[in-house]
Amino acid sequence: MPGMTDLAHIRNFSIVAHIDHGKSTLADRLIQMTGTVAERDMKDQLLDSMDIERERGITIKANTVRIEYPAKDGQTYILNLIDTPGHVDFAYEVSRSMRAVEGSLLVVDASQGVEAQTLANVYQAIDAGHEIVPVLNKIDLPAADPDRVKEQIEDVIGLDAQDAVLISAKSGYGIPDVLEAIVHRLPPPKGDAEAPLKAMLVDSWYDPYLGVVVMVRVIDGRLRKGDRIRMMQTGAVYGVDRLAVLKPAMVDIAELGPGEIGVLTASIKQVRDTRVGDTITHERRQAAAALPGFKPSVPVVFCGLFPVDAADFEALRDAIEKLALNDASFTAEMETSAALGFGFRCGFLGLLHLEVVRERLEREFDLDLITTAPSVVYRLHMKDGTMKELHNPADMPDPTYIDHIEEPRIKATILVPDSYLGDVLKLCQDRRGIQLNLTYAGNRAMVEYDLPLNEVVFDFYDRLKSVTKGYASFDYQITGYREDNLVKMTILVNGEPVDALSMMVHRDRAEMRGRAMCEKLKELIPRHMFQIPIQAAIGGKVIARETISALRKDVTAKCYGGDVTRKKKLLEKQKEGKKKMRQFGKVEIPQTAFIQALKMDA
Amino acid sequence: MKHDAETTRFGLYVHWPFCTSKCPYCDFNSHVAAEVDMGRWLAAYQAEIARVAAATGPRVLSTIFFGGGTPSLMSADLVAAVITAARAAWTPANDLEITLEANPGSVEAGRFRDFRAAGVNRVSLGVQALDDAALRRLGRTHGTAEALAAVITAQDTFERVSIDMIYARQDQTPADWINELRRALALGTGHLSLYQLTIEDGTVFAARRTRGLLPGLPDDDRAAEMFDATQALCESAGIPAYEISNHARAGEECRHNLVYWRGQEYAGIGPGAHGRLNLPSGRSATEAIRAPGAWLYAVERRMSGEASCTLLSARDIAVERMLMGLRLHEGLTLAAIPTELRPSEAIIAELVDSGLLFDEPGRLRITPSGRLLTDRITAMLLPEPT
Repeated sequence: MPGMTDLAHIRNFSIVAHIDHGKSTLADRLIQMTGTVAERDMKDQLLDSMDIERERGITIKANTVRIEYPAKDGQTYILNLIDTPGHVDFAYEVSRSMRAVEGSLLVVDASQGVEAQTLANVYQAIDAGHEIVPVLNKIDLPAADPDRVKEQIEDVIGLDAQDAVLISAKSGYGIPDVLEAIVHRLPPPKGDAEAPLKAMLVDSWYDPYLGVVVMVRVIDGRLRKGDRIRMMQTGAVYGVDRLAVLKPAMVDIAELGPGEIGVLTASIKQVRDTRVGDTITHERRQAAAALPGFKPSVPVVFCGLFPVDAADFEALRDAIEKLALNDASFTAEMETSAALGFGFRCGFLGLLHLEVVRERLEREFDLDLITTAPSVVYRLHMKDGTMKELHNPADMPDPTYIDHIEEPRIKATILVPDSYLGDVLKLCQDRRGIQLNLTYAGNRAMVEYDLPLNEVVFDFYDRLKSVTKGYASFDYQITGYREDNLVKMTILVNGEPVDALSMMVHRDRAEMRGRAMCEKLKELIPRHMFQIPIQAAIGGKVIARETISALRKDVTAKCYGGDVTRKKKLLEKQKEGKKKMRQFGKVEIPQTAFIQALKMDA
Repeated sequence: MKHDAETTRFGLYVHWPFCTSKCPYCDFNSHVAAEVDMGRWLAAYQAEIARVAAATGPRVLSTIFFGGGTPSLMSADLVAAVITAARAAWTPANDLEITLEANPGSVEAGRFRDFRAAGVNRVSLGVQALDDAALRRLGRTHGTAEALAAVITAQDTFERVSIDMIYARQDQTPADWINELRRALALGTGHLSLYQLTIEDGTVFAARRTRGLLPGLPDDDRAAEMFDATQALCESAGIPAYEISNHARAGEECRHNLVYWRGQEYAGIGPGAHGRLNLPSGRSATEAIRAPGAWLYAVERRMSGEASCTLLSARDIAVERMLMGLRLHEGLTLAAIPTELRPSEAIIAELVDSGLLFDEPGRLRITPSGRLLTDRITAMLLPEPT
């Protein structure tokens, strides 16, 4: 079993890139060209292991791979690549991963240029003190314009891009130059092998065979199999059962020294028992201080998940428990809705995280789900001086007891071709945005806005995409809470409140949102044998109203001896279809109406 | 309630699958054929009547109905021979009703006497419209004047005459329809079938509508208005509805169709014909092979044109009883439905409170204001799916 490697022969790095700019393809090439994985085992985009990640071309969980590279200087280097999550929802995971390595490759599509996500992640890399090597990918495309993109990198990010490595990850062109750049332009890690153990918990996940697997980066000291280790935040003590490096398959190793990255298992039951960013030390000989900057990840977007078929509730519970094993940032509490029956109120790091979890539940566990409108966490400052967090508009207390309400705000960064700038500014303005900054790089504008998160979770992505024909890129970070005039809007169908449709809105936007919801429901709820009023109300005051007129005609004109069989089947089918209806007083609302009404697009 | 005692009524339906042309709204089992060998068809009908009679055993035959297709294209000899075979297979009732569906064309009118001689005592004329442009749009080959003449000839020839009309057509206003209906009522037939135009899947009209080529159809609200006007007008003319689309002077109801709506027994002979037979094994649904050639071949070679014969469950029977019975103004008695399959008191009460069902203990009967919602009401009253 190999032992630890000396610091001078280690390079730890991550890859920063926008979705589609070729991060995963580059990672695959590095693995392939160094023979880390036999050719026949090579699957495209090896590091993105989940189906959804592969389909969407995004990385959700940090993955890592250890590459042995015989460099042109005759020495063999150990290159540890940590593949960081590419999306803002996982910003905290990104920042932890970044702190586990010393350098980054900044991959930019030579035809598309810098995007908003690239910016957020590259600033994280800069904050983490990384040495950064710009890499221009897809230079074999006819639209590639490396000089323009180099300029853009210098203008927008402020990095020297003159020595950028030009590659085509797809064809393999330039990959050897990337490997050499990693060795010669990125710094080796620092650390003291004789000091008490100090290692960072970079990531953890649940493996059905091994249990919880923990990824660590050793800062100081040595970590060996059989060691008794302590998690400094949680205080929990474990024995290391297994120590390995990822190539990317697990290969056992006797010890990990400073600068090295590997994984361990230690009979840890749940991913929840491990906290990304925690410091691992020895039980006996402890590190003097934990690594700085630990913060637990906190869900910021909440929604209800309900099974379409009430009979699937137990299956949903099992599925959520299984998912939670592997995703500590996702929370779930049982919820009951008059409209939707039994389900769960779930918390997510952001909208993408929500989408990914929902898709995994539907796909991996074969569930049909109804997702209620996403909501953010409001802070209710009560008149008695206490503060309550509101995760679900249905739980809103009597407003007379509330002094004021605060909502989370974000700083949004949008990069857009300047021809669409006007539309983007209008969209942000309509969403109660406050412009912070507006700069140009070539014909692209970068605009920063202070926006309420609740306006963004509603349908902001979709609107932004549609007004810019897909050319805008968007990223955000939560900046804090601010007081505003927020109210709970209730939807009443035939006089009955429909809990699943109530939402928190800004008072100034309530009429518009209420009207939109009523109009949508008018289209979605089928006519009944009586007239149905649909109302949006704040407290007792109706702010929008639509009426579904009574059904006038539902009758078969001709029905004789030869028609009975067919007619019977038709009526039975209708009767069967009623199972997919939810009863609201006298009104039956189809499941599909909820799904449609709660869709984020307005 | 006289009709409830009449559960033993037995009718025979004979399907003639051919037409000279196919109408764009029609989803019936009809085919256009250049020439038909009447002799082969007669032999096949005779064989089928004998086969079914062997299965049913002795019955009093109350009605015979020649439907199609266009049964007025059958030769009078063929019609006569089928009637003879039926009368021989079962015991004919004294007031045996024999209906033939006919096109109101001049050629057919010329043959009415022969059909009468063959034993037909009631005709149902497919007038459909009293407007030449509308008739062309409906794909009919006859004209208004021709149809009016055919109705008069039929009235001179047969004891009972019914006419079929189609309304809620493209670009038809309620005023247009009332005017047209007045003229139809003025013809003085004892029975009218007044159907709202329904675009059935698989028809030429359905294809046209999908491509947006069927503009000007009235919406449901407009169609409902036309329906209400129809009821009012027919009632004041003394020819009220007794079923959703069927109107008759007292005693002029189509006895054959009542057999269907009252859940009684009927044999179906001919391609695609359906039957409901009370066999020793229980009430069964029969269906004949649909394609005319295949049916004929099967009858000749295999001695049976039957495609399926399915024993109905108590639930099936109850569902059929309700969905047919609720179409009738007389409704149906709850006694016809096994206790466990009856609608709950709560649902009945809800419908009564909404004014959609009459408050008559032991009987399910839809009110005039509920008639246009009959399908919806029926769905509520049906037993829960198993």
